[in-house]
Amino acid sequence: MFSILSKEIRSFLSSLIAIIVIIVFLVANGLFIWIFNETNILDAGYANIDPFFELAPIIFIFLISAITMRSFSEEKKTGTFETLSTKPITDLSIILGKYFAGLLIVLFSILPTFVYYYTVHKLSVPVGNIDTGAIWGSYIGLIMLSAGYVSIGLFSSVITDNQIVSFIVSMFLCFFFYSSFDYLSSIEIFKKTDFFIEWFGINFHYRNISRGVVDTRDVVYFLSLIVLFIWLTKIIFNSRKW
Amino acid sequence: MSIRVENLTKTYKSQNAIDQINFEIKSGEIVGFLGPNGAGKTTTMKILTCYIPPTSGAAWVNGLNVENDSIEVRKQIGYLPEHNPLYMDMYVKEYLMFAASVYQLSNKSQRVKEMIELTGLQVEQNKKIGQLSKGYRQRVGLAQAIIHNPKVLILDEPTSGLDPNQIVEIRNLIVNIGKEKTVLLSTHIMQEVEAMCNRVMIINKGKIVADGKTEELKHSFSPDNTVQVTFNQSLNSDQLKSLNIISEASQLNEQTYIVKSKKNEELIKSEIFNFAVQNQLILTEMKLIESSLEDVFKNLTK
Repeated sequence: MFSILSKEIRSFLSSLIAIIVIIVFLVANGLFIWIFNETNILDAGYANIDPFFELAPIIFIFLISAITMRSFSEEKKTGTFETLSTKPITDLSIILGKYFAGLLIVLFSILPTFVYYYTVHKLSVPVGNIDTGAIWGSYIGLIMLSAGYVSIGLFSSVITDNQIVSFIVSMFLCFFFYSSFDYLSSIEIFKKTDFFIEWFGINFHYRNISRGVVDTRDVVYFLSLIVLFIWLTKIIFNSRKW
Repeated sequence: MSIRVENLTKTYKSQNAIDQINFEIKSGEIVGFLGPNGAGKTTTMKILTCYIPPTSGAAWVNGLNVENDSIEVRKQIGYLPEHNPLYMDMYVKEYLMFAASVYQLSNKSQRVKEMIELTGLQVEQNKKIGQLSKGYRQRVGLAQAIIHNPKVLILDEPTSGLDPNQIVEIRNLIVNIGKEKTVLLSTHIMQEVEAMCNRVMIINKGKIVADGKTEELKHSFSPDNTVQVTFNQSLNSDQLKSLNIISEASQLNEQTYIVKSKKNEELIKSEIFNFAVQNQLILTEMKLIESSLEDVFKNLTK
């Protein structure tokens, strides 16, 4: 698994994908959070970085799809899939190697945003008057959400040998799981079951954790989502054997 | 037995890619796998390397079943797939290090260095694979296949698309490596099999139609000796047939004839010489035509 992981990280770095993703993520966040009028923290007057946690899931839909789109598609297209799957490694360790490589790149892009926390921490009056618990909760939520996105992206990559198709499918699925259940639950006919429908969406659990309460139910939800998509990936990965 | 295959069948959507094939390969043999396109060579190799499972039947590599002991089998096999897929954006050394780590070798950099020397990649070792010529890419493909010192090597068309010099180089490389390994290689080039392999298997439409030593195979398919004779003038081929040792005679062009006989070369030649003297003909050329593997192949896969 670690040989796959290190190979993937190297290929992310050498193809500049990782660096571009990190730069785009930070530039977009930086602009929205500190510069643009509508959303910036400085004008909002509250010592929190909520705009970041509202924006990041949306940006990640694009960026994580971009990170994962090639992981299996390219191997299938160039035929290296065959070399890889005739090496003495189990299918699961190939998948997990690629999964954790993608997740690591995402974590690397989240890491510099701790500067936002530090900035707001310093700017608040009195200094340090900031809801640290909620911010840590939000970070845990964001990491879980991106872990979910990566598993969705990996699945989208394994179903096709075309990177563009994989990118679009991944964006659609991420968006679907992130917020479509919210929209669905607001439809009149689902009025009675709206809570239940909302429960299926990532956003519901993300908001819960963001409040600073890491509830096991939410954690279990994210873990199930990840396991589900990794399991689906494994099934498709094996489909050559059908 | 290095490789054993029993009643192996692979069906793609009601079409049999390979159909009930059986063979055994002893360790140390270099076996050439011949067949027209779509005959089932690649499918057989993919099953042996655990890439796809057989529909029915079974295969063993060094006594290990390819379906049940898949991981163990993969450890013992070095595989160069058709078209030699590689990661174009990786460096040669980086890729070989990756291969070494996948096989969990303990002395990775040592092994990579050895492979680079063995396959003659010294000059190109710091380049990206995408920058290499096809011949060198093939060497990289071979290097990753043998890096873990496998007992069995499976090479799917290792010389396709190379220029004649590269073909000779890769061939020598394979013969060198194959000295202490079992090698199964597929190819379209007959000379290659004659040059490298001590055994040939010909597969056609999913069935093995010939299997044997290269020499034996050539002989068994044309037991007659064939002699090509040229006289200074044309004559009726029936005249040649009047010689009782000759079983068959045909005209190739105006003055050249092909005669076949069960007798040995010396006897045929002297008989024809006497025939020419008796008929006051001048023999301008007379030579024995060696039957080639190509003829055998053409006959069997028509």
